[in-house]
Amino acid sequence: MSGWEVVVGLEVHAELSTATKLFCGCPNRFGAEPNTLVCPVCLGLPGSLPVLNRRAVELAMRIGKALHCDIRPSRFHRKNYFYPDMPKDYQISQYDEPVNVGGYLDLPGGRRIGIERAHLEEDTGKTTHLGGGGRIHGAERALVDYNRAGVPLVEIVSRPDIRGAEEARAYVAELRDVLVATGVSDGRMEEGSLRVDANVSVRREGTGELGTRCEVKNLNSLRSLGRAIEHEAARQVALLEAGGEVVQETRHWNEDEGRTSSMRSKEESHDYRYFAEPDLVALVPDEQLLEAAGAGMPLLPAERRLRLAELLAPRGGDVPAGAADQIVTVVSLGLDDLVVAAAAAGADVRLALARAANEAARAPEAARGLDPAAFAALVRMEAAGRLSATQSKSVLSELIEHGGDPAEVAGRLGFEGLGDDALEAAVEAVVAAHPEEWDRFVGGEEKLAQFLLGQVMRSTGGRADGKAVAALLAKRRQGAPAEPGSRR
Amino acid sequence: MRLSAAEVAHVGRLARLELSEEELDCFAGQLSAILEHVETMGRLDVSGVAPLSHPAELRNVLRADEPRPCLAREDVLAAAPAAEDGRFAVPRVLGEEP
Ligand SMILES: [Zn+2]
Repeated sequence: MSGWEVVVGLEVHAELSTATKLFCGCPNRFGAEPNTLVCPVCLGLPGSLPVLNRRAVELAMRIGKALHCDIRPSRFHRKNYFYPDMPKDYQISQYDEPVNVGGYLDLPGGRRIGIERAHLEEDTGKTTHLGGGGRIHGAERALVDYNRAGVPLVEIVSRPDIRGAEEARAYVAELRDVLVATGVSDGRMEEGSLRVDANVSVRREGTGELGTRCEVKNLNSLRSLGRAIEHEAARQVALLEAGGEVVQETRHWNEDEGRTSSMRSKEESHDYRYFAEPDLVALVPDEQLLEAAGAGMPLLPAERRLRLAELLAPRGGDVPAGAADQIVTVVSLGLDDLVVAAAAAGADVRLALARAANEAARAPEAARGLDPAAFAALVRMEAAGRLSATQSKSVLSELIEHGGDPAEVAGRLGFEGLGDDALEAAVEAVVAAHPEEWDRFVGGEEKLAQFLLGQVMRSTGGRADGKAVAALLAKRRQGAPAEPGSRR
Repeated sequence: MRLSAAEVAHVGRLARLELSEEELDCFAGQLSAILEHVETMGRLDVSGVAPLSHPAELRNVLRADEPRPCLAREDVLAAAPAAEDGRFAVPRVLGEEP
Protein backbone atom coordinates (compact mmCIF):
# COMPACT_ATOMS: atom_id res chain seq x y z
CA MET A 1 0.00 0.00 0.00
CA SER A 2 3.01 2.30 0.20
CA GLY A 3 3.04 5.00 -2.43
CA TRP A 4 -0.77 5.08 -2.50
CA GLU A 5 -3.21 7.50 -0.95
CA VAL A 6 -6.69 6.34 0.09
CA VAL A 7 -9.42 8.89 -0.63
CA VAL A 8 -12.79 8.54 1.07
CA GLY A 9 -16.07 10.42 0.88
CA LEU A 10 -18.83 9.38 3.26
CA GLU A 11 -22.60 9.46 2.98
CA VAL A 12 -24.14 9.33 6.42
CA HIS A 13 -27.87 8.78 6.81
CA ALA A 14 -29.19 9.98 10.15
CA GLU A 15 -32.73 9.28 11.30
CA LEU A 16 -34.20 12.37 12.90
CA SER A 17 -35.60 12.30 16.44
CA THR A 18 -39.12 13.42 15.56
CA ALA A 19 -42.35 12.12 17.07
CA THR A 20 -43.79 11.29 13.64
CA LYS A 21 -42.71 10.37 10.12
CA LEU A 22 -41.67 12.88 7.45
CA PHE A 23 -44.92 13.07 5.49
CA CYS A 24 -47.56 11.47 7.73
CA GLY A 25 -48.60 11.28 11.38
CA CYS A 26 -47.43 7.71 11.99
CA PRO A 27 -45.15 7.50 15.03
CA ASN A 28 -41.41 7.46 14.33
CA ARG A 29 -40.46 4.66 16.69
CA PHE A 30 -37.93 1.81 16.58
CA GLY A 31 -38.79 -1.72 17.61
CA ALA A 32 -42.59 -1.80 17.20
CA GLU A 33 -44.41 -4.87 15.88
CA PRO A 34 -44.06 -5.01 12.07
CA ASN A 35 -46.52 -2.93 10.05
CA THR A 36 -48.26 -1.39 13.06
CA LEU A 37 -46.91 2.13 12.34
CA VAL A 38 -48.37 2.58 8.88
CA CYS A 39 -51.10 4.62 7.19
CA PRO A 40 -52.30 5.31 3.64
CA VAL A 41 -49.55 7.91 3.08
CA CYS A 42 -46.53 5.79 4.01
CA LEU A 43 -48.08 2.74 2.32
CA GLY A 44 -48.49 4.76 -0.86
CA LEU A 45 -52.21 4.01 -1.14
CA PRO A 46 -54.00 5.79 -4.00
CA GLY A 47 -55.37 9.22 -3.16
CA SER A 48 -53.12 9.82 -0.16
CA LEU A 49 -51.02 13.00 -0.03
CA PRO A 50 -47.83 13.82 1.86
CA VAL A 51 -47.66 16.81 4.23
CA LEU A 52 -44.21 17.86 5.42
CA ASN A 53 -43.37 17.57 9.14
CA ARG A 54 -42.33 20.97 10.54
CA ARG A 55 -40.10 19.49 13.23
CA ALA A 56 -38.20 17.38 10.68
CA VAL A 57 -37.50 20.56 8.71
CA GLU A 58 -36.29 22.33 11.84
CA LEU A 59 -33.98 19.43 12.73
CA ALA A 60 -32.59 19.27 9.19
CA MET A 61 -31.81 23.00 9.39
CA ARG A 62 -30.31 22.44 12.85
CA ILE A 63 -27.87 20.00 11.25
CA GLY A 64 -27.15 22.67 8.67
CA LYS A 65 -26.31 25.14 11.43
CA ALA A 66 -24.15 22.65 13.33
CA LEU A 67 -22.18 21.83 10.17
CA HIS A 68 -21.81 25.49 9.13
CA CYS A 69 -23.85 24.95 5.94
CA ASP A 70 -25.65 27.48 3.81
CA ILE A 71 -29.35 26.84 4.55
CA ARG A 72 -31.23 27.44 1.33
CA PRO A 73 -34.65 27.37 -0.32
CA SER A 74 -35.20 23.78 -1.37
CA ARG A 75 -37.69 21.41 -2.91
CA PHE A 76 -38.46 17.71 -3.14
CA HIS A 77 -38.08 15.22 -5.97
CA ARG A 78 -39.26 11.72 -6.64
CA LYS A 79 -36.49 9.16 -6.99
CA ASN A 80 -38.04 6.35 -8.98
CA TYR A 81 -37.03 2.73 -8.59
CA PHE A 82 -38.61 -0.69 -8.27
CA TYR A 83 -37.88 -2.38 -5.02
CA PRO A 84 -40.42 -3.54 -2.46
CA ASP A 85 -38.97 -1.41 0.37
CA MET A 86 -40.89 1.60 -0.97
CA PRO A 87 -44.52 0.82 -1.75
CA LYS A 88 -44.90 4.00 -3.84
CA ASP A 89 -42.08 2.81 -6.14
CA TYR A 90 -40.34 6.07 -5.49
CA GLN A 91 -38.62 7.72 -2.58
CA ILE A 92 -39.24 11.38 -1.86
CA SER A 93 -35.85 13.04 -1.56
CA GLN A 94 -34.10 16.30 -2.32
CA TYR A 95 -32.12 16.40 -5.52
CA ASP A 96 -30.79 19.52 -7.20
CA GLU A 97 -31.92 21.95 -4.52
CA PRO A 98 -31.09 20.49 -1.08
CA VAL A 99 -31.82 22.34 2.13
CA ASN A 100 -28.17 22.49 3.31
CA VAL A 101 -25.24 23.19 1.00
CA GLY A 102 -21.53 23.44 1.82
CA GLY A 103 -20.14 23.38 5.33
CA TYR A 104 -17.54 21.51 7.31
CA LEU A 105 -16.80 19.32 10.31
CA ASP A 106 -13.66 19.79 12.42
CA LEU A 107 -12.14 16.54 13.67
CA PRO A 108 -10.43 16.22 17.09
CA GLY A 109 -7.04 15.86 15.40
CA GLY A 110 -7.45 19.30 13.84
CA ARG A 111 -8.39 18.25 10.30
CA ARG A 112 -11.36 19.99 8.66
CA ILE A 113 -13.58 17.81 6.45
CA GLY A 114 -15.77 19.57 3.91
CA ILE A 115 -19.51 18.87 3.74
CA GLU A 116 -21.00 18.82 0.25
CA ARG A 117 -24.66 18.84 1.24
CA ALA A 118 -27.11 17.60 3.85
CA HIS A 119 -30.58 16.95 2.51
CA LEU A 120 -33.94 15.67 3.74
CA GLU A 121 -35.47 12.43 2.53
CA GLU A 122 -37.69 9.62 3.71
CA ASP A 123 -36.40 6.29 4.93
CA THR A 124 -37.43 3.05 3.27
CA GLY A 125 -39.13 -0.02 4.73
CA LYS A 126 -37.18 -2.96 6.08
CA THR A 127 -36.84 -6.03 3.88
CA THR A 128 -35.94 -9.44 5.26
CA HIS A 129 -34.77 -11.96 2.71
CA LEU A 130 -35.72 -15.55 3.25
CA GLY A 131 -34.14 -18.59 1.70
CA GLY A 132 -30.95 -18.81 -0.35
CA GLY A 133 -28.74 -18.21 2.66
CA GLY A 134 -29.89 -14.65 3.24
CA ARG A 135 -27.79 -12.95 0.57
CA ILE A 136 -29.87 -10.71 -1.63
CA HIS A 137 -29.24 -12.58 -4.85
CA GLY A 138 -30.29 -15.99 -3.68
CA ALA A 139 -33.38 -15.05 -1.68
CA GLU A 140 -36.54 -16.95 -2.56
CA ARG A 141 -38.89 -14.39 -1.13
CA ALA A 142 -38.73 -11.32 1.01
CA LEU A 143 -40.84 -10.03 3.88
CA VAL A 144 -41.39 -6.31 4.21
CA ASP A 145 -42.13 -4.17 7.26
CA TYR A 146 -43.12 -0.57 6.47
CA ASN A 147 -42.79 0.86 9.97
CA ARG A 148 -39.58 2.58 8.89
CA ALA A 149 -40.93 3.71 5.52
CA GLY A 150 -41.29 7.49 5.67
CA VAL A 151 -39.16 8.05 8.76
CA PRO A 152 -37.31 11.36 8.30
CA LEU A 153 -33.66 11.11 7.33
CA VAL A 154 -30.97 13.62 6.66
CA GLU A 155 -28.28 12.40 4.29
CA ILE A 156 -24.99 14.13 5.02
CA VAL A 157 -22.53 13.91 2.14
CA SER A 158 -18.89 14.73 2.81
CA ARG A 159 -16.40 15.93 0.25
CA PRO A 160 -13.73 13.38 -0.68
CA ASP A 161 -11.53 14.96 1.99
CA ILE A 162 -11.14 11.90 4.20
CA ARG A 163 -7.82 10.07 4.04
CA GLY A 164 -8.03 6.45 5.07
CA ALA A 165 -9.93 4.21 7.45
CA GLU A 166 -8.90 5.80 10.71
CA GLU A 167 -9.94 9.28 9.66
CA ALA A 168 -13.25 7.89 8.34
CA ARG A 169 -13.97 6.44 11.76
CA ALA A 170 -13.00 9.70 13.44
CA TYR A 171 -15.32 11.62 11.09
CA VAL A 172 -18.32 9.39 11.78
CA ALA A 173 -17.65 9.39 15.53
CA GLU A 174 -17.44 13.19 15.53
CA LEU A 175 -20.53 13.57 13.35
CA ARG A 176 -22.44 11.22 15.63
CA ASP A 177 -21.38 13.27 18.67
CA VAL A 178 -22.62 16.43 16.95
CA LEU A 179 -25.96 14.86 16.04
CA VAL A 180 -26.48 13.51 19.54
CA ALA A 181 -25.33 16.72 21.27
CA THR A 182 -27.71 18.83 19.21
CA GLY A 183 -30.59 16.43 19.89
CA VAL A 184 -31.13 15.83 16.18
CA SER A 185 -30.71 12.05 16.21
CA ASP A 186 -30.00 9.33 18.75
CA GLY A 187 -27.02 8.27 16.59
CA ARG A 188 -27.42 4.55 17.31
CA MET A 189 -25.60 2.65 14.58
CA GLU A 190 -26.68 -0.71 16.00
CA GLU A 191 -30.35 0.26 15.60
CA GLY A 192 -29.77 1.68 12.15
CA SER A 193 -30.51 5.27 13.07
CA LEU A 194 -27.06 6.14 11.72
CA ARG A 195 -25.98 4.41 8.51
CA VAL A 196 -22.85 4.96 6.50
CA ASP A 197 -21.91 4.34 2.88
CA ALA A 198 -18.29 4.91 1.86
CA ASN A 199 -17.02 6.09 -1.51
CA VAL A 200 -13.50 4.72 -1.71
CA SER A 201 -10.81 5.39 -4.30
CA VAL A 202 -7.02 5.25 -4.37
CA ARG A 203 -4.39 7.31 -6.18
CA ARG A 204 -0.63 7.47 -6.39
CA GLU A 205 0.77 9.71 -3.69
CA GLY A 206 1.34 13.20 -4.99
CA THR A 207 -1.34 12.97 -7.70
CA GLY A 208 -4.09 15.54 -7.56
CA GLU A 209 -6.65 13.70 -9.64
CA LEU A 210 -9.19 11.42 -8.00
CA GLY A 211 -9.21 7.73 -8.91
CA THR A 212 -12.30 5.76 -9.94
CA ARG A 213 -14.36 5.15 -6.84
CA CYS A 214 -16.48 2.30 -5.54
CA GLU A 215 -19.37 2.79 -3.16
CA VAL A 216 -19.28 0.36 -0.25
CA LYS A 217 -22.55 -0.39 1.52
CA ASN A 218 -23.67 -2.35 4.57
CA LEU A 219 -21.38 -0.69 7.09
CA ASN A 220 -23.17 -1.17 10.40
CA SER A 221 -20.50 -0.13 12.86
CA LEU A 222 -17.38 2.00 13.09
CA ARG A 223 -15.41 -1.24 13.05
CA SER A 224 -17.05 -2.40 9.81
CA LEU A 225 -16.44 1.02 8.29
CA GLY A 226 -12.72 0.90 9.04
CA ARG A 227 -12.25 -2.70 7.94
CA ALA A 228 -14.26 -2.23 4.75
CA ILE A 229 -12.26 0.83 3.69
CA GLU A 230 -8.96 -0.92 4.36
CA HIS A 231 -10.06 -3.98 2.41
CA GLU A 232 -11.55 -2.05 -0.50
CA ALA A 233 -8.49 0.20 -0.83
CA ALA A 234 -6.19 -2.84 -0.82
CA ARG A 235 -8.35 -4.50 -3.49
CA GLN A 236 -8.15 -1.42 -5.72
CA VAL A 237 -4.39 -1.04 -5.25
CA ALA A 238 -3.84 -4.71 -6.12
CA LEU A 239 -5.98 -4.27 -9.25
CA LEU A 240 -4.10 -1.17 -10.38
CA GLU A 241 -0.65 -2.57 -9.60
CA ALA A 242 -1.51 -5.61 -11.70
CA GLY A 243 -2.26 -3.26 -14.57
CA GLY A 244 -6.03 -3.54 -14.24
CA GLU A 245 -8.70 -0.89 -13.83
CA VAL A 246 -11.18 -0.07 -11.10
CA VAL A 247 -14.77 -0.26 -12.31
CA GLN A 248 -17.14 2.23 -10.74
CA GLU A 249 -19.76 0.16 -8.95
CA THR A 250 -21.53 -0.48 -5.69
CA ARG A 251 -20.03 -3.14 -3.47
CA HIS A 252 -21.45 -4.96 -0.50
CA TRP A 253 -19.36 -5.37 2.65
CA ASN A 254 -19.55 -8.81 4.17
CA GLU A 255 -18.49 -8.52 7.80
CA ASP A 256 -18.10 -12.27 8.34
CA GLU A 257 -15.96 -12.83 5.26
CA GLY A 258 -14.12 -9.55 5.72
CA ARG A 259 -14.41 -8.55 2.07
CA THR A 260 -16.48 -6.54 -0.38
CA SER A 261 -18.26 -8.00 -3.38
CA SER A 262 -19.98 -6.48 -6.39
CA MET A 263 -23.62 -5.88 -5.56
CA ARG A 264 -25.60 -4.92 -8.60
CA SER A 265 -26.48 -6.91 -11.64
CA LYS A 266 -25.28 -5.55 -14.99
CA GLU A 267 -28.80 -4.51 -15.89
CA GLU A 268 -29.00 -2.29 -12.83
CA SER A 269 -29.51 1.27 -13.85
CA HIS A 270 -28.65 4.41 -11.96
CA ASP A 271 -31.36 6.13 -13.91
CA TYR A 272 -33.71 7.16 -11.13
CA ARG A 273 -35.69 9.47 -13.40
CA TYR A 274 -35.87 12.20 -10.77
CA PHE A 275 -38.69 14.66 -11.22
CA ALA A 276 -40.12 17.39 -9.02
CA GLU A 277 -42.60 16.04 -6.46
CA PRO A 278 -45.89 17.64 -7.51
CA ASP A 279 -47.58 16.98 -4.14
CA LEU A 280 -45.16 19.14 -2.15
CA VAL A 281 -44.43 22.84 -2.44
CA ALA A 282 -41.21 24.79 -2.01
CA LEU A 283 -39.47 24.89 1.36
CA VAL A 284 -38.01 28.26 2.30
CA PRO A 285 -35.94 28.90 5.43
CA ASP A 286 -37.93 31.72 7.02
CA GLU A 287 -37.15 33.41 10.30
CA GLN A 288 -39.49 31.20 12.30
CA LEU A 289 -37.96 27.97 11.02
CA LEU A 290 -34.39 29.17 11.46
CA GLU A 291 -35.08 30.38 14.96
CA ALA A 292 -36.59 27.03 15.96
CA ALA A 293 -33.68 25.24 14.26
CA GLY A 294 -31.13 27.11 16.33
CA ALA A 295 -33.06 27.19 19.61
CA GLY A 296 -31.04 25.98 22.60
CA MET A 297 -28.12 25.02 20.39
CA PRO A 298 -25.53 23.58 22.78
CA LEU A 299 -21.79 24.01 22.46
CA LEU A 300 -20.58 21.63 19.76
CA PRO A 301 -17.90 19.02 20.55
CA ALA A 302 -15.21 21.04 18.75
CA GLU A 303 -16.11 24.10 20.84
CA ARG A 304 -16.15 22.04 24.02
CA ARG A 305 -12.68 20.64 23.28
CA LEU A 306 -11.44 24.16 22.74
CA ARG A 307 -13.01 25.25 26.03
CA LEU A 308 -11.05 22.57 27.93
CA ALA A 309 -7.84 23.32 26.03
CA GLU A 310 -8.15 26.97 27.01
CA LEU A 311 -8.67 26.08 30.66
CA LEU A 312 -5.54 23.91 30.57
CA ALA A 313 -3.41 26.29 28.59
CA PRO A 314 -4.66 29.83 28.99
CA ARG A 315 -3.38 32.51 26.63
CA GLY A 316 -3.02 30.06 23.74
CA GLY A 317 -0.19 27.97 25.20
CA ASP A 318 0.28 24.32 24.37
CA VAL A 319 -1.94 21.73 25.97
CA PRO A 320 0.19 19.53 28.25
CA ALA A 321 1.34 16.20 26.80
CA GLY A 322 -1.24 13.47 27.25
CA ALA A 323 -4.03 15.94 27.87
CA ALA A 324 -5.16 16.22 24.23
CA ASP A 325 -6.37 12.61 24.11
CA GLN A 326 -8.01 13.02 27.51
CA ILE A 327 -9.87 16.08 26.21
CA VAL A 328 -11.21 14.08 23.26
CA THR A 329 -12.33 11.26 25.56
CA VAL A 330 -13.96 13.54 28.10
CA VAL A 331 -15.86 15.55 25.48
CA SER A 332 -16.95 12.48 23.57
CA LEU A 333 -18.36 10.96 26.77
CA GLY A 334 -20.06 14.20 27.80
CA LEU A 335 -17.99 14.54 30.99
CA ASP A 336 -16.47 17.91 30.14
CA ASP A 337 -19.05 19.84 32.14
CA LEU A 338 -17.62 18.19 35.27
CA VAL A 339 -14.14 19.44 34.46
CA VAL A 340 -15.39 22.93 33.66
CA ALA A 341 -17.35 23.04 36.93
CA ALA A 342 -14.32 21.83 38.87
CA ALA A 343 -12.17 24.51 37.26
CA ALA A 344 -14.76 27.17 38.09
CA ALA A 345 -14.72 25.97 41.70
CA GLY A 346 -10.98 26.54 41.82
CA ALA A 347 -9.91 22.90 41.51
CA ASP A 348 -6.81 21.88 39.58
CA VAL A 349 -7.85 21.53 35.91
CA ARG A 350 -5.18 19.03 34.94
CA LEU A 351 -6.11 16.74 37.81
CA ALA A 352 -9.85 17.15 37.18
CA LEU A 353 -9.34 16.24 33.51
CA ALA A 354 -7.31 13.15 34.41
CA ARG A 355 -9.91 11.93 36.90
CA ALA A 356 -12.70 12.51 34.37
CA ALA A 357 -10.86 10.85 31.45
CA ASN A 358 -9.57 7.86 33.42
CA GLU A 359 -11.87 7.09 36.32
CA ALA A 360 -15.22 8.76 35.47
CA ALA A 361 -14.92 7.51 31.88
CA ARG A 362 -15.25 3.92 33.07
CA ALA A 363 -18.92 4.52 33.91
CA PRO A 364 -19.74 7.54 31.75
CA GLU A 365 -23.50 7.27 32.03
CA ALA A 366 -23.47 7.30 35.84
CA ALA A 367 -20.66 9.85 35.90
CA ARG A 368 -22.72 12.31 33.86
CA GLY A 369 -25.14 12.34 36.80
CA LEU A 370 -22.37 13.20 39.25
CA ASP A 371 -22.85 16.40 41.24
CA PRO A 372 -20.25 18.81 39.76
CA ALA A 373 -19.75 20.44 43.17
CA ALA A 374 -18.92 17.08 44.74
CA PHE A 375 -16.48 16.29 41.91
CA ALA A 376 -14.84 19.69 42.32
CA ALA A 377 -14.56 19.21 46.09
CA LEU A 378 -12.96 15.80 45.61
CA VAL A 379 -10.37 17.13 43.17
CA ARG A 380 -9.56 19.94 45.61
CA MET A 381 -9.11 17.43 48.44
CA GLU A 382 -6.74 15.37 46.34
CA ALA A 383 -4.79 18.38 45.09
CA ALA A 384 -4.44 19.63 48.67
CA GLY A 385 -3.01 16.30 49.73
CA ARG A 386 -5.89 15.36 51.99
CA LEU A 387 -6.39 12.23 49.89
CA SER A 388 -3.83 10.14 48.04
CA ALA A 389 -4.44 9.44 44.33
CA THR A 390 -5.55 5.89 45.13
CA GLN A 391 -7.89 7.09 47.86
CA SER A 392 -9.30 9.81 45.62
CA LYS A 393 -10.11 7.27 42.90
CA SER A 394 -11.94 5.06 45.39
CA VAL A 395 -13.95 8.01 46.68
CA LEU A 396 -14.77 9.03 43.10
CA SER A 397 -16.10 5.62 42.12
CA GLU A 398 -18.21 5.64 45.30
CA LEU A 399 -19.54 9.11 44.43
CA ILE A 400 -20.37 8.01 40.89
CA GLU A 401 -22.19 4.96 42.14
CA HIS A 402 -24.05 6.37 45.13
CA GLY A 403 -23.51 10.12 45.19
CA GLY A 404 -22.84 11.96 48.45
CA ASP A 405 -20.29 14.33 49.91
CA PRO A 406 -16.63 13.48 49.18
CA ALA A 407 -15.37 14.36 52.68
CA GLU A 408 -18.08 12.23 54.23
CA VAL A 409 -17.40 9.34 51.82
CA ALA A 410 -13.66 9.58 52.46
CA GLY A 411 -14.35 9.45 56.19
CA ARG A 412 -16.62 6.45 55.81
CA LEU A 413 -13.95 4.65 53.79
CA GLY A 414 -11.49 5.41 56.60
CA PHE A 415 -9.34 7.63 54.39
CA GLU A 416 -9.57 10.84 56.31
CA GLY A 417 -7.14 10.27 59.17
CA LEU A 418 -6.57 13.99 59.25
CA GLY A 419 -9.64 15.49 60.82
CA ASP A 420 -9.24 18.80 62.61
CA ASP A 421 -8.02 17.08 65.79
CA ALA A 422 -5.40 15.01 63.98
CA LEU A 423 -4.21 18.07 62.11
CA GLU A 424 -3.90 20.07 65.31
CA ALA A 425 -1.99 17.23 66.93
CA ALA A 426 0.38 17.09 63.94
CA VAL A 427 1.01 20.85 64.16
CA GLU A 428 1.59 20.62 67.90
CA ALA A 429 4.09 17.79 67.41
CA VAL A 430 6.04 19.80 64.83
CA VAL A 431 6.11 22.88 67.07
CA ALA A 432 7.38 20.76 69.95
CA ALA A 433 10.06 19.16 67.76
CA HIS A 434 11.36 22.47 66.34
CA PRO A 435 11.30 24.98 69.22
CA GLU A 436 13.90 27.32 67.71
CA GLU A 437 12.20 27.61 64.37
CA TRP A 438 8.87 28.13 66.09
CA ASP A 439 10.25 30.95 68.21
CA ARG A 440 11.68 32.69 65.16
CA PHE A 441 8.31 32.33 63.43
CA VAL A 442 6.56 33.82 66.44
CA GLY A 443 9.16 36.56 66.38
CA GLY A 444 8.03 37.52 62.89
CA GLU A 445 10.26 35.52 60.53
CA GLU A 446 7.65 34.70 57.91
CA LYS A 447 9.87 32.41 55.89
CA LEU A 448 9.80 29.95 58.77
CA ALA A 449 6.09 29.36 57.97
CA GLN A 450 7.20 27.39 54.93
CA PHE A 451 9.59 25.32 56.98
CA LEU A 452 6.97 24.45 59.60
CA LEU A 453 4.36 23.72 56.97
CA GLY A 454 6.80 21.40 55.21
CA GLN A 455 7.44 19.53 58.45
CA VAL A 456 3.69 19.03 58.99
CA MET A 457 3.25 17.82 55.45
CA ARG A 458 6.14 15.40 55.90
CA SER A 459 4.88 14.03 59.20
CA THR A 460 1.39 13.49 57.74
CA GLY A 461 2.63 11.82 54.60
CA GLY A 462 1.38 14.69 52.48
CA ARG A 463 -2.22 14.20 53.50
CA ALA A 464 -2.62 17.50 55.31
CA ASP A 465 -4.34 20.41 53.61
CA GLY A 466 -1.67 23.08 53.27
CA LYS A 467 -4.08 25.95 53.70
CA ALA A 468 -5.49 24.47 56.87
CA VAL A 469 -1.99 23.98 58.31
CA ALA A 470 -1.01 27.56 57.53
CA ALA A 471 -4.18 28.78 59.24
CA LEU A 472 -3.48 26.66 62.31
CA LEU A 473 0.10 27.96 62.53
CA ALA A 474 -1.10 31.54 62.28
CA LYS A 475 -3.78 30.99 64.88
CA ARG A 476 -1.29 29.35 67.24
CA ARG A 477 1.15 32.23 66.85
CA GLN A 478 -1.52 34.78 67.76
CA GLY A 479 -2.17 32.90 71.00
CA ALA A 480 1.55 32.51 71.81
CA PRO A 481 3.43 34.87 74.17
CA ALA A 482 5.66 37.22 72.19
CA GLU A 483 8.84 36.95 74.28
CA PRO A 484 11.29 34.29 73.27
CA GLY A 485 11.98 31.35 75.52
CA SER A 486 8.61 31.36 77.22
CA ARG A 487 6.81 28.97 74.94
CA ARG A 488 4.01 26.88 76.38
CA MET B 1 -37.08 14.83 -30.85
CA ARG B 2 -37.14 11.25 -32.14
CA LEU B 3 -36.79 8.45 -29.63
CA SER B 4 -34.87 5.40 -30.82
CA ALA B 5 -36.10 1.87 -30.23
CA ALA B 6 -33.12 1.40 -27.88
CA GLU B 7 -34.19 4.38 -25.76
CA VAL B 8 -37.72 3.05 -25.53
CA ALA B 9 -36.36 -0.35 -24.53
CA HIS B 10 -34.30 1.34 -21.78
CA VAL B 11 -37.30 3.26 -20.42
CA GLY B 12 -39.35 0.06 -20.67
CA ARG B 13 -36.78 -1.85 -18.64
CA LEU B 14 -36.79 0.85 -15.94
CA ALA B 15 -40.56 0.44 -15.72
CA ARG B 16 -40.20 -3.36 -15.73
CA LEU B 17 -42.09 -3.69 -19.00
CA GLU B 18 -41.28 -6.43 -21.46
CA LEU B 19 -41.74 -5.03 -24.97
CA SER B 20 -41.72 -6.85 -28.30
CA GLU B 21 -39.99 -5.45 -31.42
CA GLU B 22 -43.32 -4.28 -32.82
CA GLU B 23 -44.25 -2.63 -29.53
CA LEU B 24 -40.88 -0.85 -29.38
CA ASP B 25 -41.49 0.63 -32.85
CA CYS B 26 -45.07 1.49 -32.02
CA PHE B 27 -44.20 3.23 -28.72
CA ALA B 28 -41.17 4.95 -30.21
CA GLY B 29 -43.51 6.62 -32.68
CA GLN B 30 -46.16 7.52 -30.09
CA LEU B 31 -43.71 8.78 -27.45
CA SER B 32 -41.84 10.81 -30.06
CA ALA B 33 -45.07 12.49 -31.11
CA ILE B 34 -45.76 13.43 -27.47
CA LEU B 35 -42.25 14.81 -26.99
CA GLU B 36 -42.46 16.80 -30.21
CA HIS B 37 -45.77 18.24 -29.12
CA VAL B 38 -44.31 19.37 -25.79
CA GLU B 39 -41.25 20.74 -27.59
CA THR B 40 -43.36 23.44 -29.21
CA MET B 41 -43.14 25.22 -25.86
CA GLY B 42 -39.40 25.46 -26.37
CA ARG B 43 -40.02 28.12 -29.02
CA LEU B 44 -41.24 30.57 -26.38
CA ASP B 45 -38.81 33.23 -25.23
CA VAL B 46 -38.70 32.82 -21.43
CA SER B 47 -35.47 34.74 -20.86
CA GLY B 48 -37.27 37.27 -18.63
CA VAL B 49 -39.29 34.71 -16.65
CA ALA B 50 -38.11 33.42 -13.28
CA PRO B 51 -37.99 29.61 -12.90
CA LEU B 52 -41.06 28.13 -11.26
CA SER B 53 -40.62 25.08 -9.05
CA HIS B 54 -44.32 24.46 -8.54
CA PRO B 55 -47.44 25.79 -10.29
CA ALA B 56 -49.03 26.56 -6.92
CA GLU B 57 -46.99 29.44 -5.63
CA LEU B 58 -47.20 28.25 -2.06
CA ARG B 59 -44.30 27.72 0.27
CA ASN B 60 -43.74 25.99 3.61
CA VAL B 61 -46.92 23.97 3.83
CA LEU B 62 -46.12 22.18 7.06
CA ARG B 63 -47.88 20.13 9.71
CA ALA B 64 -47.19 19.89 13.45
CA ASP B 65 -45.13 16.89 14.57
CA GLU B 66 -48.09 15.20 16.26
CA PRO B 67 -48.92 11.50 15.97
CA ARG B 68 -52.12 10.42 14.30
CA PRO B 69 -53.81 7.03 14.38
CA CYS B 70 -52.33 4.30 12.19
CA LEU B 71 -54.19 1.61 10.28
CA ALA B 72 -54.95 -1.74 11.88
CA ARG B 73 -52.43 -4.30 10.74
CA GLU B 74 -55.02 -6.95 9.82
CA ASP B 75 -56.67 -4.43 7.47
CA VAL B 76 -53.34 -3.46 5.94
CA LEU B 77 -52.21 -7.03 5.33
CA ALA B 78 -55.67 -8.11 4.11
CA ALA B 79 -55.11 -5.82 1.12
CA ALA B 80 -51.80 -7.51 0.25
CA PRO B 81 -51.55 -10.44 -2.20
CA ALA B 82 -49.51 -12.34 0.39
CA ALA B 83 -48.50 -11.81 3.98
CA GLU B 84 -46.36 -13.75 6.42
CA ASP B 85 -45.35 -13.14 9.99
CA GLY B 86 -47.10 -9.75 10.16
CA ARG B 87 -45.26 -8.59 7.04
CA PHE B 88 -45.86 -8.26 3.33
CA ALA B 89 -44.50 -11.24 1.43
CA VAL B 90 -43.03 -10.35 -1.96
CA PRO B 91 -41.46 -12.47 -4.69
CA ARG B 92 -37.76 -13.10 -4.68
CA VAL B 93 -35.73 -9.99 -5.30
CA LEU B 94 -32.92 -9.91 -7.82
CA GLY B 95 -29.95 -7.69 -7.09
CA GLU B 96 -31.95 -4.57 -7.63
CA GLU B 97 -31.62 -2.70 -4.41
CA PRO B 98 -31.69 1.07 -4.80
ZN1 LIG C 1 -47.92 6.82 7.77
